[in-house]
Amino acid sequence: MNDCNVTLSKLSQKIINAYQKGFPLSHRPFLELANRFNSTEDEVLECFQELQELQVLSRLGPVFNHQQAGASTLAALAVPEDQIDEIAKLVNQFTQVNHNYAREHSYNLWFVATAANEDALKQCLTHIHRETGFKPLILPMEQAYHIDLGFNIEFTESTGAR
Amino acid sequence: MFAAIEQGLPLVAQPYLAIAEQIDASEEQVTSTINHWQKQGVIRRFGLVIRHRKLGYVANAMVVWNVDDECVEDVAAILAKQKVVTLCYRRPRVLPEWNYNLFCMIHGKDRAQVIKQLDDMCQHGDLAGIEKKILFSNKAYKQRGGKYSQASASGN
Repeated sequence: MNDCNVTLSKLSQKIINAYQKGFPLSHRPFLELANRFNSTEDEVLECFQELQELQVLSRLGPVFNHQQAGASTLAALAVPEDQIDEIAKLVNQFTQVNHNYAREHSYNLWFVATAANEDALKQCLTHIHRETGFKPLILPMEQAYHIDLGFNIEFTESTGAR
Repeated sequence: MFAAIEQGLPLVAQPYLAIAEQIDASEEQVTSTINHWQKQGVIRRFGLVIRHRKLGYVANAMVVWNVDDECVEDVAAILAKQKVVTLCYRRPRVLPEWNYNLFCMIHGKDRAQVIKQLDDMCQHGDLAGIEKKILFSNKAYKQRGGKYSQASASGN
């Protein structure tokens, strides 16, 4: 995944900051956005397609509450730096893994695994241990105090209007 | 239904109808189920899921805190109120390898901004004396929504 800055239209910027939550559940939701932003349904759909092509949009849809939707945990591996890309690739092959980041620590590979239930999750972590040769530090969420509701993006010139 | 929406809506004028046709339901059943799951809290939010890195938010720090167990609720309450904190969770210690029980995330456009935000936070919030560590991420290998349903898990 390459990090790069992209240039977005004003309409795309407005859509991003208004609809990270509360996307309309109506018959013609994109038309509803178009009416609000004084645009057309086709233009709004084009924005979404462009955001998807630029890989800014991961998806338009639900963020599930992991605790209610199934079992999930944060986990970390302590991997020698020169092996981290290779081990990350192995971890990525598990469909249960949805986030996987390198971080600056002796535990340097951090991932989130989700499964239908606790047993399936445990099995997945055992497989990851066996496949990589590194024992995961398993840190399930005990309590959420503040949850991701999407955050306001400050658009500057580099990510700004074109 | 779960499998049909977890990957995201199709980008067509009538996305709920398209999903309904896929799973042999009515459009109204699809939208009312999503609405119901939102109210129950099964769905936390419903909308655009953005890759922040692509928009220049490349500094992503996980800050981990070693908080006395008796104080963890109070400290969490302070962190959760900070504008720059997007997530705040309690997780178990795993001794001796891991001594931190409170986690929060801070996103920013660069490292310096994130560190400044954290420093400001620590001055305001009575947090200065707590042992903490900042784990910046230097590479994202994977970033997508969770997959719970068997159908989509095996289809990937």
